[in-house]
Amino acid sequence: MASKVIHAYYNDDDVLMHAVKKIKEAKHHIEEVYCPFPVHGLDKAMGLAPTRIAITSFMYGCLGLAVSIVMMDYIMIDDWPQDIGGKPSFSYIENMPAFVPIMFELTVFFAAHLMVITFYLRSRLWPFKEAENPDVRTTDDHFVMEIEIHDNENELRNLLLDTGAVEISIADKNGH
Amino acid sequence: MASHYEAPIRRPLVIGDKGYHDVTVDIAAPVEGRANKQWWIVFTIALVAFLWGVGCIIYTISTGIGTWGLNKTVNWAWDITNFVWWVGIGHAGTLISAVLLLFRQKWRMAINRSAEAMTIFSVIQAGLFPIIHMGRPWLAYWVLPIPNQFGSLWVNFNSPLLWDVFAISTYLSVSLVFWWTGLLPDFAMIRDRAVKPFQKKIYSLLSFGWSGRAKDWQRFEEVSLVLAGLATPLVLSVHTIVSFDFATSVIPGWHTTIFPPYFVAGAVFSGFAMVNTLLIIMRKVCRLEAYITVQHIELMNIVIMITGSIVGCAYITELFMAWYSGVEYEQYAFLNRATGPYWWAYWAMMTCNVFSPQFMWFKKLRTSIMFSFFISIVVNIGMWFERFVIIVTSLHRDYLPSSWTMFSPTFVDIGIFIGTLGFFFVLFLLYARTFPVIAQAEVKTILKSSGERYKKLREAGKPLYEITKTANIKESVVEEKSLPAEEQESQVSTLLDSIGAFDANTETPDDLKKVKGIGPQMEKTLNQIGIFTFAQVGRMTEKEYNLLDSITESFPGRAQRDDWAGQARSLNNNK
Repeated sequence: MASKVIHAYYNDDDVLMHAVKKIKEAKHHIEEVYCPFPVHGLDKAMGLAPTRIAITSFMYGCLGLAVSIVMMDYIMIDDWPQDIGGKPSFSYIENMPAFVPIMFELTVFFAAHLMVITFYLRSRLWPFKEAENPDVRTTDDHFVMEIEIHDNENELRNLLLDTGAVEISIADKNGH
Repeated sequence: MASHYEAPIRRPLVIGDKGYHDVTVDIAAPVEGRANKQWWIVFTIALVAFLWGVGCIIYTISTGIGTWGLNKTVNWAWDITNFVWWVGIGHAGTLISAVLLLFRQKWRMAINRSAEAMTIFSVIQAGLFPIIHMGRPWLAYWVLPIPNQFGSLWVNFNSPLLWDVFAISTYLSVSLVFWWTGLLPDFAMIRDRAVKPFQKKIYSLLSFGWSGRAKDWQRFEEVSLVLAGLATPLVLSVHTIVSFDFATSVIPGWHTTIFPPYFVAGAVFSGFAMVNTLLIIMRKVCRLEAYITVQHIELMNIVIMITGSIVGCAYITELFMAWYSGVEYEQYAFLNRATGPYWWAYWAMMTCNVFSPQFMWFKKLRTSIMFSFFISIVVNIGMWFERFVIIVTSLHRDYLPSSWTMFSPTFVDIGIFIGTLGFFFVLFLLYARTFPVIAQAEVKTILKSSGERYKKLREAGKPLYEITKTANIKESVVEEKSLPAEEQESQVSTLLDSIGAFDANTETPDDLKKVKGIGPQMEKTLNQIGIFTFAQVGRMTEKEYNLLDSITESFPGRAQRDDWAGQARSLNNNK
């Protein structure tokens, strides 16, 4: 669905933060803010929900630990138990100390890689993905606030002018 | 509201009058510019060394490990020495980016990108040695627990050598995604500045379509923090497990519980030395002195001093434990290290690793760039000798005096080591020309708290920002910017008088976007004023810049900082 959005450009993170607060006070929904670098507190000011990606990482880590335990129990204890250096492999728990390094490494491996893959998929980042920032300056020194227009163009424009935007433009937006 | 306050006693981490745009320009400059002669010379030397190494590796694999200087007593020498040395160097990168992130050390931001690159490249070098030593490297996948047809022949999970496989591959791959995730916004910055379509395509591909949405940044920061939390124990585990290769054996001199912490401290020590070696050169060549300051070098020197002292304590503890254990074999191993035929290697290690970092107690020495560079090289050499001493001097006189012998490397041993040095520098030099070598998005976050410009503003009691209410309003993105107002017309004619008018009949307009600092928007504005050629821009001086600023009313002072006139003159000459 194509809709009209207003893009307000800012060239300072503090001005942007003031603007976001003002727009939220005026009860407008901020569609998106494109930033060249992370602005601390912006997500809270915009009303974004906290990210749950750290929780997924914990779960992936548990999965990695489970995989390593099952794998080594099968390989070292069940499938072909050997007597290595006078220490027979008959029980997982008795042989476990020798497996701690692998258990640790696989926990980290799963937690790190699956979390990063989750991040890339959720934020739609992959090779050959087209960038969606509305202006090339948003990776340099400009911040763009995007607000959808519902027959309130003039009101929005005046409000945004008042917040210290350095440039304002109207654009068509297609949802992906 | 994020507070940008920082105690005034803290020295600025970004020197000079730098705003956000200046950071972009400075960090994109080495990527957008052309390689100079020195770069090509060093690159050629590195490439030749690399190719020599490739030749020696091919000779080793086609003929056999017998081409090395190993014998039946010293059956493990340069290969494992080089492996441990390279892995150790790799430790500084993760330490800087992960441990210093957890400790909220802002100075890491100028050096973490290059330190991580160094980590990845040096772990690649380290990984080569076990693979070459296998003799049949095409069967390297046998170290993985893969179901197979040789009965149920599994790898031995009790062996520290197999733990190494898991530790090193986890470390390499996690470091790589940590590095790449941090690179995405910076690749996006270069992508959005790229003028040539090919560059644009490449950097679009590398940046994975990074758009910088608020939600992306929220996740980005969380991911960085969690990865740092995971990488911190990981980096400690890697060299711990490498030390298990020795510590779990029963060779006198190796069988000791102090090895894991001692190896980790040594790894951090050698890694920081290598970071200093590389960055002292890079800050000069890439003109990044404003970001990698003397303060950064000083702080790294302090880390070198502390870890060097820890290593020194470990050496002395080793000697004490050998004596106190009452085991005569253990005692002889250490006596032999210090006074036996390899005494020179032992004392080279002691001098380089324990004695030389102590100079860093003196502020004058640790803030001297030349001296820091010298010490960093000394430490690199010393740490190579540490591994050589531990490995070769523990082996060359075993329990049977009739088999006592010495080790001498062949040209193949030396060639492979030189080759990995070459390979490392080939990778690092390519990186320095194509990657944003400083995490510019992160540096921008600390600019207001730690940049010199903002520190001065704060000291002067001036606000760090102003809310101005004079916006350019555009009905749609395609519409032209409004022409300069009436009263500016006289200014425009003064400006054109001094730099010369453009004659559309005899001249052709140049692509002004080639001048760093002139974007598509600015080019349009300049064209509206009547500036179309490099020759015109090249004639601009202080007076014309000020006129231009008052006409365009955007980005005051930018033209001076980027030196548009100088750039335009050289572009005009090369036309």
